[in-house]
Amino acid sequence: MMKKSALLACLLAGATMCSSAGAADLAIGLKSEATSMDPQFHQLSTNTQVLLNIFEPLTKQDPFQKVTPGLATKWESVNDTTWRFTLRGGVKFQNGSALSPRDVIYTYCRVPLVVNSPSSFTIYTAAILDVTADGKNAVLIKTDGANPLLPTDLSNLPILSADAAGADATVTYKPGGKCEGMGKVPQSVDFNSPAVAVGTGPYKLDRFVRGSEMVLTRYDGYWGTKPDWDKVTMRPITSDGPRIAALLSGDVDMIESPPIQDLKRVKDAGFKVIDALSNRIIYLALFQDSKATAPNINGTNGKNPLLDKRVREAISLAINREAIVARIMGGYAKVAGELLPPPMFGTNGRAVDKYDPKKAKELLTAAGYPDGFEITLGTPNDRYINDSQVAQAVAQMLVRIGIKTKVDAQTASQFFSRRNKLEFPMYLAGWGASSGEMSSPLKSLVATYDKKTGMGPTNAGRYSNPEMDKLLTAAMSTIDDAKREVMLGKAEKMVLDDYGIIPLHYEQTVWAMKKGLSYAARVDQYTIASDVHAAK
Amino acid sequence: MIVYILRRIGQSLFALAAMAILVFIGVFAIGNPVDILVNPEANQAEIAATTARLGLDKPLWEQFARFVGHLFQGDLGTSFVYGRPAMEIILQRLPATMELAVTALILAVVIGVPLGVYAGLKPDSIGGRSVMAGSILGFSLPNFWQGLLLILIFAVLLGWLPAGGRGETVEVLGIRVSFLTLDGLRHMILPALNLALFKMSLVIRLTRANTREVCLQEYIKFARAKGLSSTRIVLVHILKNIMIPVVTILGLELGSMIAFAVVTETVFAWPGMGKLLIDSINLLDRPVIVAYLMLTVVIIVTINLIVDLLYSALDPRVRLSQVKA
Repeated sequence: MMKKSALLACLLAGATMCSSAGAADLAIGLKSEATSMDPQFHQLSTNTQVLLNIFEPLTKQDPFQKVTPGLATKWESVNDTTWRFTLRGGVKFQNGSALSPRDVIYTYCRVPLVVNSPSSFTIYTAAILDVTADGKNAVLIKTDGANPLLPTDLSNLPILSADAAGADATVTYKPGGKCEGMGKVPQSVDFNSPAVAVGTGPYKLDRFVRGSEMVLTRYDGYWGTKPDWDKVTMRPITSDGPRIAALLSGDVDMIESPPIQDLKRVKDAGFKVIDALSNRIIYLALFQDSKATAPNINGTNGKNPLLDKRVREAISLAINREAIVARIMGGYAKVAGELLPPPMFGTNGRAVDKYDPKKAKELLTAAGYPDGFEITLGTPNDRYINDSQVAQAVAQMLVRIGIKTKVDAQTASQFFSRRNKLEFPMYLAGWGASSGEMSSPLKSLVATYDKKTGMGPTNAGRYSNPEMDKLLTAAMSTIDDAKREVMLGKAEKMVLDDYGIIPLHYEQTVWAMKKGLSYAARVDQYTIASDVHAAK
Repeated sequence: MIVYILRRIGQSLFALAAMAILVFIGVFAIGNPVDILVNPEANQAEIAATTARLGLDKPLWEQFARFVGHLFQGDLGTSFVYGRPAMEIILQRLPATMELAVTALILAVVIGVPLGVYAGLKPDSIGGRSVMAGSILGFSLPNFWQGLLLILIFAVLLGWLPAGGRGETVEVLGIRVSFLTLDGLRHMILPALNLALFKMSLVIRLTRANTREVCLQEYIKFARAKGLSSTRIVLVHILKNIMIPVVTILGLELGSMIAFAVVTETVFAWPGMGKLLIDSINLLDRPVIVAYLMLTVVIIVTINLIVDLLYSALDPRVRLSQVKA
């Protein structure tokens, strides 16, 4: 009855007044929807950002992607291949059971047992040989080699409740999905039920209606700061225009990724816009496989000009990054000289390449291409902020030094398939370092492509620098943080000074919200509802 | 009658098979789903494992053979993205779309037919002319633009109605519907109107043309001469006779409204099947795309069959046994 009259009041008063029935409700418009409520189903930022409200990992990444204590209060390496994590005391799951090492073991055990996972979390557990309880409130984790990134990797694996999942009284870890005492393992669809989707986070799952909304309610027994909202509703609104409209009309209180060109209007309408530098670098990759002929390059008698360092440098110097940031990105980006914005872990403070078309032209002439050549620049047109416009601008700048560049812009699904088939001599793409440190871009984008070691999976320019590979491999098994940071910084400089890959700019992430809300903008571009607060 | 229905079903099966082949080859040509699905941090071994698990490492004919094999067991495949049966994913979305399409259809008929009849009876009046002018706007303005304008006026500027989403739903027989709650209805008005505008214009024009034609018929003149009230003439004699073409067209249009309400659903973030189709295309979720298109064929074929049957009910001259399908 109460509800009905409230709705009637809404109808009379208009939509703006009833978007949130009480003061302590929050509605957020997201640009994409989680594919499951199972935190181990699909390794996708869309899922992670939503599920981090319900579940918590042992370690967390703060807004600057620094690894901070989550359900573990501290951790140390016992030796090169063993880590010890001390669990936080007094933590209770949303079903009332207390956090114990058994939950941790169960969580890591379940990862390989998730069926039909589109992108499995096994990349984080494959190297784990054993997980055992060390007393009542600590776990020991053994890896098959020195793994300094284990604490970072574990921030991707939120802890499930072994009780809610129906595990036996003791769970024993065995690598490769052969754990014992797992009971009947619930699959992703079972997590649509709040009885299974039980975590330790500040909010509980109320309901998940695919395509429509996900509703969370506050968990009063949360160990940390009490949640601000009684109810949080997250709605997927995939198109930009309708998402903006939803904010302007008061349907939602906050949206992620409003289009840059609409920001002025949003501000004029009395909303708050916040932005933050992200960990996403937009770069140009150049085809440098010396054994294969480069596709789509003409006017060079079959040679690949990109194998010449001078040509690569010329391309970098020909690009006016400041102009791209100011005109195309509307100021919501930052010119880049590295693969991660300093001062993140492993950066070395390398300066941004100066715009110098004269020197670029000289370099081209010295390399034997006074009249330039013809090349195709591949780019997605719906993946990064204003991606195809940026590619157009780069192409025009390259034309000015004589490199006749044709832009081939396509929808993301097409672009990435073609890129992975090495169809572009030059392409524009982006990389967000999920670990928040330098080994992520180095390992994926510029390490020599090698199926056996799993290095360079996204290196579709096939850049190869054996010296850098060696340094990177060494760094990745160096436990000492200070030493590792120096090594990563050096490895990055080797690649960039060789113009093996050309950084353009770091994206800035934007959120728009009602006045009276505050959000600590994150470098990983996540929208986490529990970090949205009522401004005091 | 039975022979007729059997023949129709046979034709439908043929259309379904042709669709399956076309769609399967079509989606096979557009990109590799693994490139979209897999996390960028995954290494080559993970990518190869995912490719193998989805069966994408097999040649096209083998994938198709497997698909057909599963089809005969009533299995349209498992969604790459959600890891659930594709049909289940689609059917979850069906109620939202049906609800919207039926509401739009009702709006189109309830508003369109009276306006059309009015414009047909008084073609030269100011009212009649403005109805016709309005109907031209209705089907010449692009659908998405109409939708955005509706949002801008009623949601952003006036703030009367929500800009999108489905609102509060209640479960009836295990299906979530929103037309039974006030909040749900408020959410439905704009998208239903957006979807209905084009059909409404169509109905208006069709009704008007037919009304004018029927008005000149002998039996209308006779009815007038007999001294029947004009209400009775319009309601019984004119309306009944203009309904046949209107029903035919609406039947066809209902099929397309259910299957391709893509634009409206996207603009209003309406969680129906059309939006699912767009999302699935962007994610290259092949099983869902294929299952969706197969389902639309079934829906459209079924609706056409029902229309043909209705036809005979409305017009006694049509005898189905004589129709050479």
